[in-house]
Amino acid sequence: MEAIISIAIGLLTACGVFLLLRARTFPLILGLTLLSYAVNLFLFASGRLRMDAPPLVRDGASYTDPLPQALVLTAIVIGFGMTAYLVMLALRALNESGDDHVDAREKT
Amino acid sequence: MASSQLLIAIVVTALFASPLPLLAQRYGRGAATLCSALVITACLTLLLPLIPDAMNGVVLLASVTWLPDWGLMLSLRLDGLGLMFSLLILGIGLLVTLYAYYYLPGHDKLGRFYTLLLLFMAAMLGVVLSENLLLLVVFWELTSLASFLLISYKRESYESRLAGRIALAVTGGGGLALFAGVLLLGHIAGSYELSAVLAAGDIIRAHELYAPMLILVLLGVFTKSAQFPFHFWLPQAMAAPTPVSAYLHSATMVKAGVFLLARLYPALAGTELWFWLVSGTGAVTLVYAAYVAFYRYDFKGLLAYSTISHLGLITLLFGLDTPQSEVAAVFHIINHAIFKASLFMAAGIVDHECGTRDMRRVNGLFKFMPITATLAIVAAGSMAGVPLLNGFLSKEMFFAETVGHPVFDEIKWLLPTFATLAGILAVAYSSRFIHDVFFNGDPVDLPRKPHEPPRWMRAPVEVLVAMCLLVGIFPQWSIAPILTVAAGAVLQQPPPEFHLAVWHGFNAPFMMSLVALAGGIALYAMRHRLYALYDRLPTIHASIVFERAYENLVAAARLLVDWMDGGSLQRYLALFVAFVLALGGWAWWSATVAPLPVVTQAPDAASLVALGMLTVAATGVVLLHRHRLVAIVLTSVIGLFVALTFVRFSAPDLALTQLAVEVVTIVLMLLALYYLPPTSPAEDAMPRILRDALLAIAAGVGLGAASYAMLTSPLDTLSGFYLAQSLPGGGGSNVVNVILVDFRGFDTLGEITVLAMVGLAAHALLDQLVLKAPLRDGDGRAWATERHPLFLQMLMRPLLPLALMVSVYIFLRGHNLPGGGFVAGLVTGVALILQYLASGIGFASARLPQRLPLFLAAGLLAALGAGAASWLFGRPFLTSAHGHVTLPLIGDVELASAMVFDLGVYLVVVSVVLMVLAELGKLSVSHEGAN
Repeated sequence: MEAIISIAIGLLTACGVFLLLRARTFPLILGLTLLSYAVNLFLFASGRLRMDAPPLVRDGASYTDPLPQALVLTAIVIGFGMTAYLVMLALRALNESGDDHVDAREKT
Repeated sequence: MASSQLLIAIVVTALFASPLPLLAQRYGRGAATLCSALVITACLTLLLPLIPDAMNGVVLLASVTWLPDWGLMLSLRLDGLGLMFSLLILGIGLLVTLYAYYYLPGHDKLGRFYTLLLLFMAAMLGVVLSENLLLLVVFWELTSLASFLLISYKRESYESRLAGRIALAVTGGGGLALFAGVLLLGHIAGSYELSAVLAAGDIIRAHELYAPMLILVLLGVFTKSAQFPFHFWLPQAMAAPTPVSAYLHSATMVKAGVFLLARLYPALAGTELWFWLVSGTGAVTLVYAAYVAFYRYDFKGLLAYSTISHLGLITLLFGLDTPQSEVAAVFHIINHAIFKASLFMAAGIVDHECGTRDMRRVNGLFKFMPITATLAIVAAGSMAGVPLLNGFLSKEMFFAETVGHPVFDEIKWLLPTFATLAGILAVAYSSRFIHDVFFNGDPVDLPRKPHEPPRWMRAPVEVLVAMCLLVGIFPQWSIAPILTVAAGAVLQQPPPEFHLAVWHGFNAPFMMSLVALAGGIALYAMRHRLYALYDRLPTIHASIVFERAYENLVAAARLLVDWMDGGSLQRYLALFVAFVLALGGWAWWSATVAPLPVVTQAPDAASLVALGMLTVAATGVVLLHRHRLVAIVLTSVIGLFVALTFVRFSAPDLALTQLAVEVVTIVLMLLALYYLPPTSPAEDAMPRILRDALLAIAAGVGLGAASYAMLTSPLDTLSGFYLAQSLPGGGGSNVVNVILVDFRGFDTLGEITVLAMVGLAAHALLDQLVLKAPLRDGDGRAWATERHPLFLQMLMRPLLPLALMVSVYIFLRGHNLPGGGFVAGLVTGVALILQYLASGIGFASARLPQRLPLFLAAGLLAALGAGAASWLFGRPFLTSAHGHVTLPLIGDVELASAMVFDLGVYLVVVSVVLMVLAELGKLSVSHEGAN
């Protein structure tokens, strides 16, 4: 099970980084999204993989580690904020330069 | 006011009153001048009551605690040395203020000038009055900065800016060395307070770090006091207006270096290293600069080199390291300040009246300005060491020190001969200044016809020259008292008996003076042959060497930056990834980890299938990323699998959040894609794709391997505390939610603030933006004309109340069951966006609150208020309380104050989601309007 999650994290990272290095803004946004998935999973996995042990206090139950979950929860929301910001930046850049290349110069 | 408060008030007044001339200049340049003079007078007045104690040898300390745990105090000290310097700084500052009013051109409003001058003066006062060494370094750097601004005061001239830059680089760089040296010194002495450092001389000298510390401190001193080979900034700095030169290069800036020698003398001196370094540097500077001064054509340049030479003399005296030599050094500091300030001012008058400083053209001015000429001649006589003038006295003391210095017991003649040589050169360049400028035929082709300056422009020179005479003729009652206390403060013990008198009889020093006078005049007499010889010698201009080195450095830096950045984000990012990989790889290979027991769980079929589908989707995104719509769809598939992973491994909160975020993100990307090109061009060359693929695979392998290593090592967590305290301490059984809104509420507050900024950024980036909307999609089909299908509209409207109810439910149960403000906010956001999508922006905007930023602010305030409310109960920020309330009809309800915080989170999330999407939606309104 650990190997499966590790492979998934590695795969998402690789795909994310590759897209991050592309020249257009849109693949870059996708790449960042994939990289966020990978990083969130990595953080989440630091609490280890336990089934049927949600951190909800009940009598006689055992729990998985709640702290990474709290961190990842905010990370997901912040990730949304970042994606939204990038999308807006991409649109703005398109407007300024008439092109969606990341190195596009300003319209002259 | 207590004395210590007065002392603090002096520095504070100087520092904080410095911008006043800038405000006063609107009432004219006279007002600015007056303002500056008043500030200096105020400082003098504050100093006045402190003089009697200081003259009795009492050391006044005043301190304000800053960071006592780190031994950092803002502490000041007034003793004899500090008093002497303060009087010089303030006194000459006042004269320069008057002088500058006449010197600087009438169109200059003077506000900037006096503000910089006062700032510089404040920094100098800080240096000489600091008790804490770190504070001293801060003021020291401030003098470098202020002098940079003063030297490059004529900012339109390249020469001025260059001079300022060189001065800043040399003295500022030296200041950094000094900083390092002071840190070492404080480390050795165990305190940064001067009193402790001065008392710890024996410990300091015996310490193994003594040598590096001394060298660093001396680097600071030598750069500031323009000692060879760091002297070149000072002649360059003559590009400054003459009042600045008169101030900085007589009594203040360059004296800061020798001041520090005096200040730290008891702590640092008394070793062979000190003797050779300090006296050696001083001696070389003394003779070299005097030699160069003789050959200057520019009389201000002559004065500059003469200043360097005299600073060398003072340094040499400190280096000779006998009690008498210290007295002589302090005495010469005063004398040099007085005669050099007056000489610079006189030179400024000549320059001002003639329009040039070239001594091949400025000749025979005595008949045009006899009074100024007489004043300048007297001051130059002092510079040369002519009897009855103050310079003669300290030079005599210097000569006396060289005769029979204990270190040169074997070769008695060496030091006196050297000193006499320096004396000869000083007489020679002084003769040149006097004879060339005021006699030596007639002026040659001057831009203006010279005459006496305005009455009050000459006044400062008159005052200073009068002091030269006063000290020179009646030294015992004019200067001896302050010299005694200042020298006592330097030595930290009563100074040796010294007798200041014009006439000591026909002894060795007097003979040396006579030789110097005669030799100097003889040297000047044969000047023409010497000049011819000098012109044939190769000359090295240190400033040119410096400038070249500086330019090479800048060019090298630019090459490096171009290589790394080069204006291409793509390249920059690739380098960044490569660098991170290198760091990670280095950590990986260099770490030595003991093998840990490996704990694994067997994989099951469902997980394998999920991994397979994830692989297909992820590689699909990469391969098909140029077809953007397909890529979005595949990305959402990946998001779904991530959510499923959270479900499987006991994280219901995360799964809920991930699903809701997924929906919002995909909608956002689809909206953006409407404007962006539907496909990416295939433009990357194969090598770049291969390089990126290699980087990507390396990153993937790296993070994957790190994950595996982490997952298979035993878990060590601090979460036991959260699990145990969640219910009793936080009043909720959903530990994740309690962590978010209670235990680590401060983090969450930061997070929602960031989110709020995104919302505002949406407004800032997209407001007023009009994008050209495409008429056809990527495959050339026209967009559907039916914008809002009826079917969708009818379906969505009844869904809204249901969705809102769900979100309320999720919010309320969040403290105990999966849910909470984040998820509820996202659900509400999604429900509202669906209305936008189904019925159009016009419909939705008309029915939704328009002032979303208000809701955003309300959310942040609710979160902040929930945190701040705990202050009312005397508890720290964000302490939560909880209890049970029995409501009619509903019954027992558990409430926690953290729910108010969560409500803030909810409001922020809803407003941000709506702000971002509504701004994106408005873009299409402008499109519709345009059609």
